[in-house]
Amino acid sequence: MSPIQTPAPPAVTVLRAEHVTKAFGGLVAVNDISFDVPQHSIVSLIGPNGAGKTTLFNMLTGLYRPTGGRILLGERDITRARPDVITQHGVARTFQNIRLFGAMTAVENVMVGHHARMRAGLFGSIFRPPWVRREERDTREHARELLAYVGLREPVFDRLASHLPYGDQRRVEIARALAAKPRLLLLDEPTAGMNPQESGVLTEFMRVMRDDLKLTILLIEHDMKVVMGVSERVTVLDYGKKIAEGEPAVVRADPAVIEAYLGRQE
Amino acid sequence: MTRWRGRLLAGLLIVTGIVLPFGFGSASGFMNATIIAVAYAVMALGLNIVVGFAGLLDLGYVAFYALGAYSLGWLGSGFFFKAHIHVLVSAVADTLPGVHLNFILILIGAAIICAAAGALIGLPTLRLRGDYIAIVTLAFGEIIGVVAVNGQSVHVGGGMTLTAGNLGISAVDAPYFPGIGSFGLLDLRPWYWLIFAILLVVLFVNLRLRDSRLGRAWVALREDEVAAVSMGIPLVKTKLLAYSIGAAFGGMSGAFFGTYYTEVNAGQFQFGFSIFILAMVIIGGLGSIWGAVVGGLALGYINNYLIPDVLNGLPARLGLNFQLTEVEFGIFGFLLVIMMVLRPQGLIPERRRRLELTPPDAP
Repeated sequence: MSPIQTPAPPAVTVLRAEHVTKAFGGLVAVNDISFDVPQHSIVSLIGPNGAGKTTLFNMLTGLYRPTGGRILLGERDITRARPDVITQHGVARTFQNIRLFGAMTAVENVMVGHHARMRAGLFGSIFRPPWVRREERDTREHARELLAYVGLREPVFDRLASHLPYGDQRRVEIARALAAKPRLLLLDEPTAGMNPQESGVLTEFMRVMRDDLKLTILLIEHDMKVVMGVSERVTVLDYGKKIAEGEPAVVRADPAVIEAYLGRQE
Repeated sequence: MTRWRGRLLAGLLIVTGIVLPFGFGSASGFMNATIIAVAYAVMALGLNIVVGFAGLLDLGYVAFYALGAYSLGWLGSGFFFKAHIHVLVSAVADTLPGVHLNFILILIGAAIICAAAGALIGLPTLRLRGDYIAIVTLAFGEIIGVVAVNGQSVHVGGGMTLTAGNLGISAVDAPYFPGIGSFGLLDLRPWYWLIFAILLVVLFVNLRLRDSRLGRAWVALREDEVAAVSMGIPLVKTKLLAYSIGAAFGGMSGAFFGTYYTEVNAGQFQFGFSIFILAMVIIGGLGSIWGAVVGGLALGYINNYLIPDVLNGLPARLGLNFQLTEVEFGIFGFLLVIMMVLRPQGLIPERRRRLELTPPDAP
């Protein structure tokens, strides 16, 4: 009714890195990096090999402790939190080189992803009261639903993860991460090893997931077609430093980025 | 269908287990070997949780045998002669000095003491992986052995010591149950039923844990620690639970051995015993519950019946100048090598490993 347009509410920041630094001895793998991930967005982290992208991921998920700086998840400081605690607060991830539990079936892998959301302890597991039985059954059902959601079909659900074809393993890993019911999903090179058609399907699926599950997605990606197609913001790292940030089209035209990828023309 | 078949099979096994002693002399060598074999199976089930489920190679499991046996020595004999504590024990034990608790209470006490010790031993290994865990646990096993020997010089007040060293804590109480009386060594059947009951309890706990949130967390940690903690599994708590539960079962079996052997002697707790239990788990099938039971029974019978009672005179009959018991470790080593060559997955492989070894395209 009002003729005056109300300004759009400022985007809520899901994740904020402030001056995050990681040094391994003398090697500074990640050097004073700050960036924000707005809620409900898809943000890409790109950069040449060895730029520090995965190191940054490992700090965001608690596998590495930063040497300096702060990491905030919403209002919460998770800089020195344990990985399992960070997962409980709504961050889940996949890995660059798929890390499924090879000796478990696809369904069991996804059930492990539910771990933080389940309550059965030692005595609950031994005596198995009705609420534990219900929890087990619900978890198993939900795991199967998730596997179907990421596009797997019934026959592979009970196969060992290590026996699945590569593309299916990637899907199981995403389902396992989704099982933790994350607010923020970190994908480390999800399209690595995929052909253009497969990565096209996955790109589309990232958007679907984001909208269906109200997710925020941060991904590391090398495939520029995927990056440009899916992300709303791009952060570029080189030698551990942030060299550019912004919308994909702007970043693509940035001379510093071109130089990092292609080298300087003398 | 499979569910009913499983229940029928379980019922059949339990009934067979209960009526088994009626087929043999009540104090025969075979009965004795059976009791020891069942107690070994209990230990193998405990170690299987640590090594098989959680993938933490423990070479010092004998520590929990020792602690369990000493729990019995402390809580069920006249060893602490200044104390006068009696709970539900036979009329004879009631008049004696020392701490005399009912065997069931001792069993629970041993489980608690060993669970605490297991967590303590687990703590320094948390940051370690693979072979390094084995070295630390090996050291702990040795430490407990040395403490057991030298404990006779550790005074706990009133002229009482921590252990009796190589002299042994003797005259420990036999299990006593109101209405049944004390167990005697002339009739071994009650002992058998007691350890069989313990086996059933431990087996039940194992089966329940395997298919639970905790069991999955253990296997996940074994398969990939980094991925497991990233999925929200607390590393410290989950590993310590594996150590503690495994230790508690070892301690229960140890307490039983304490009363069955009627003494607790520091000389019993050698490094070789850790390896012996580990061999049961491996021969049975690492991570497999039924494998641990079969492995424990098999090595128990071979060690306590087949070699000493049945085949011992064999070399002499062949004109060789030695007895089979003198080379028993060689025999076990040989069996292990044969197993690793012919059937590396163990006698009854874990379901997961069986799946792993079948080609994916097989029906």
